[in-house]
Amino acid sequence: MIHNILIGGAAGLGIETLAAILEKILQRKGFEIFVIQDYMSRVRGGHNFFQIRFANEEIDSPEDEIDGIIALDKETIQTHIARLKTNGFIIADEEIDFQYAGLYSLPLKAAAKTIGNPKVFGNVALGTVLRLYNLDFTGVAEVINERFTGEVASQNSKAFEEGYKLAPVKYEIQANPKDDQILINASEAIALGALASGLKFYAGYPMTPSTGIMTFLASKMNEAEIIVEQAEDEIAAINMAIGASYAGVRAMTGTSGGGFALMVEAIGLSAMLEVPLVVAEMQRPGPATGLPTRTEQGDLKFVIYSSPAEIPKMVIALRDPEDAFFQTNRAFDLADKYQIPVIIMGDQFLADSTRTVKAFDFSKLKNDRYLSREDYSRANEYRRYEITDTGISPRIIPGKMPGTRVLVDSDEHDEYGHITESSAMRKTMHEKRLRKMTHLKEELQEPIFVGAENADTVLVTWGSLSSPVKEAVRLLNAQGQNKYGALLFGDVWPLPDKLLKIKRESAKKMINVEQNATGLFASLVREQTGIECDRSILKYDGRPLSSQEIVAGVKGGEQG
Amino acid sequence: MKQTTFPKLETAWCPGCGNHQILSALKEALIALEKQPHEVLIVSGIGQAAKMPQYITTNGFCGLHGRALPAAVASKIANKNLTVIVHSGDGDSYGEGGNHLIHNIRRNVDITHFVHDNQVYGLTKGQASPTSDIGYLTDMQPNGSNIPPLNPMLLAIALGCGFVARAFSGDTEHLRAVMIDGIRHKGYALIDILQPCVSLNKVNTFQWYKDRVYKLAEDYNPENKLTAIAKAMEWGEKIPTGILYREEKPDFHDKVDYLKNGKPLLDRETDLKKISDFMQVFR
Repeated sequence: MIHNILIGGAAGLGIETLAAILEKILQRKGFEIFVIQDYMSRVRGGHNFFQIRFANEEIDSPEDEIDGIIALDKETIQTHIARLKTNGFIIADEEIDFQYAGLYSLPLKAAAKTIGNPKVFGNVALGTVLRLYNLDFTGVAEVINERFTGEVASQNSKAFEEGYKLAPVKYEIQANPKDDQILINASEAIALGALASGLKFYAGYPMTPSTGIMTFLASKMNEAEIIVEQAEDEIAAINMAIGASYAGVRAMTGTSGGGFALMVEAIGLSAMLEVPLVVAEMQRPGPATGLPTRTEQGDLKFVIYSSPAEIPKMVIALRDPEDAFFQTNRAFDLADKYQIPVIIMGDQFLADSTRTVKAFDFSKLKNDRYLSREDYSRANEYRRYEITDTGISPRIIPGKMPGTRVLVDSDEHDEYGHITESSAMRKTMHEKRLRKMTHLKEELQEPIFVGAENADTVLVTWGSLSSPVKEAVRLLNAQGQNKYGALLFGDVWPLPDKLLKIKRESAKKMINVEQNATGLFASLVREQTGIECDRSILKYDGRPLSSQEIVAGVKGGEQG
Repeated sequence: MKQTTFPKLETAWCPGCGNHQILSALKEALIALEKQPHEVLIVSGIGQAAKMPQYITTNGFCGLHGRALPAAVASKIANKNLTVIVHSGDGDSYGEGGNHLIHNIRRNVDITHFVHDNQVYGLTKGQASPTSDIGYLTDMQPNGSNIPPLNPMLLAIALGCGFVARAFSGDTEHLRAVMIDGIRHKGYALIDILQPCVSLNKVNTFQWYKDRVYKLAEDYNPENKLTAIAKAMEWGEKIPTGILYREEKPDFHDKVDYLKNGKPLLDRETDLKKISDFMQVFR
């Protein structure tokens, strides 16, 4: 049984802190957790909410139906009551005038006032939640003490105790603790993955929903002894990352669709100079400013085809925080190995949803820099763009070897990096750069397949939707016939096609599930492989797609 | 020995172009500073001036039009042991790259920025540049340039740039001296180098500059911001050359303990134990 609690209120009321406290307490108790946040593009007011799902089983998706609402204002109740399950509960202060059978109209504010700190009224409500679920106080003091000190900490704890007295037990739920779980979102996981890959320089310009990566890196900048620099614009950010990478450190930038549009010329620069580059592109609904705090997967083709002309490039769509951590490391590895730009793609849903995952195993990281160990100082003829069978030329760090120079040029160039307009050299160099794609294709990761091995119906999805689709397949197969499966794509460019072809052969129906209006991934699949999907489930209203909606979409199509 | 440190390479510049003298002065300045080619990185954007890294045996980064500065400052942040110099034109540095100019003056990374300023676009053949004077006629400005020119010296001083200088390609001895001071300056240094474009600018010719430029007096005090502003505004009959403004202040690296002290970022090992401890907060 998975439970789903919503905490809502205006921006500035502290719902973020409340959600963080509740999540952490549930995590410490050993529950699996999946949290989404829904916030408006404003600092004060508006309506914001968190939805916290918790259970003693795997959770891969947000859910639309909710079991309980903690309402810090009346608007929260009015906005969400339609999604409340029959028998669901609402916890609100007694001052909120509302009629509902499952409403606990409680003296939250009065209790907080008695405790001596009106701000802790939300914690009174959290205390009531613990009681409703018959959960003890294990972990509460610990979590409070990590956030607050002294008088304020004891007032926060006291608030829990007061809230605990205000309601009877309603549910019974047991946690099923697993070893070493962390509660993390993909922004933080990408940042950690970059640090664990030896990142030394990150430049970026704030843009929701990519800002979380930079914020986390900045918070660790002094300890990790790296530079995180807020650039004057996205063009500066990416050119800085390329400059730092040329000089020899692992460097990265990140942005969302609009900022990436500004970076596009430099994506081509990275490919032309053959300077490794990692870029995180966290999508939001566009074009132009669009919906800054909402989610969409509308940038797929834009990212894949970014840059004028034809360049070698890799695009990896991130599936969840654990995938984000390891794929960020892989992005650095492949960028260095092939001396190309590698773009990791996510979206607001991925960036802002927090969930429990297995703590990252650092021993699985790969951190080779692929630098040449040749001594070129004697030969005095280091060629930055030496023609090779793989298209990959030996790379050295500028300034390290007397007698050598590292000359890179955005103009077409010869093996030494000198400008050339020779038709033969143009052809040779263009082919050399593109040859890298041939070898890159050999180490693509096929999509993950989940569900029934001989599935009749195969869902096809990419990136962040992998988790909700996975949960949808579980739900569908649990409903009776075990006939559903799904292909969850991470690598999207170049597009791995082996498993896709096998599944197309065996499946009766293939349905692409995407958060965009035109089925961009299905279109890419058709373009690259000739394989057609039979039907699409698409959502593009800026809100995440839940497993329930996917199930309904699959079932709806079967009836039709 | 000195003559072979920076061998002469064939260039694609027009005979008589000021770039030849700027290149000679640069080589002499680097020799005077006892720099070996591999210790120096020259970063450029796109344009005739931006071909500089092609014609000298230092490390070279020919990037995108207008984007030399971001790449240059980041390479200096990555490896403080490199002597990083930007060579680009007035279109690249003041037009396409204007935003980077403003913010890298603020950022104050220890690099030197030489702008080959000939008041005209060369590579695209003769359009007005950000420093073209009012009334300057081109195919693209048939009624003459009608927006006032950018004054890079005044802009830089106003933004608090720590080293603001002007030189003339026709006086290589003075140019070399200014280059040496600029490269020695700790922090971002901007040197605007007036140069004729023999093929495309028939107004601001070698003679035009020669008749107008003069060296700042021996007793000129470049540390006085107000007189520097007044000097920077001199343009027309008389154009001052030399160090207009100078101010010693902490640079980017000075403000970050681990950049200032110890090894360059490039040579630092990542402590994976420390990074894995960052995961603690998520438990």
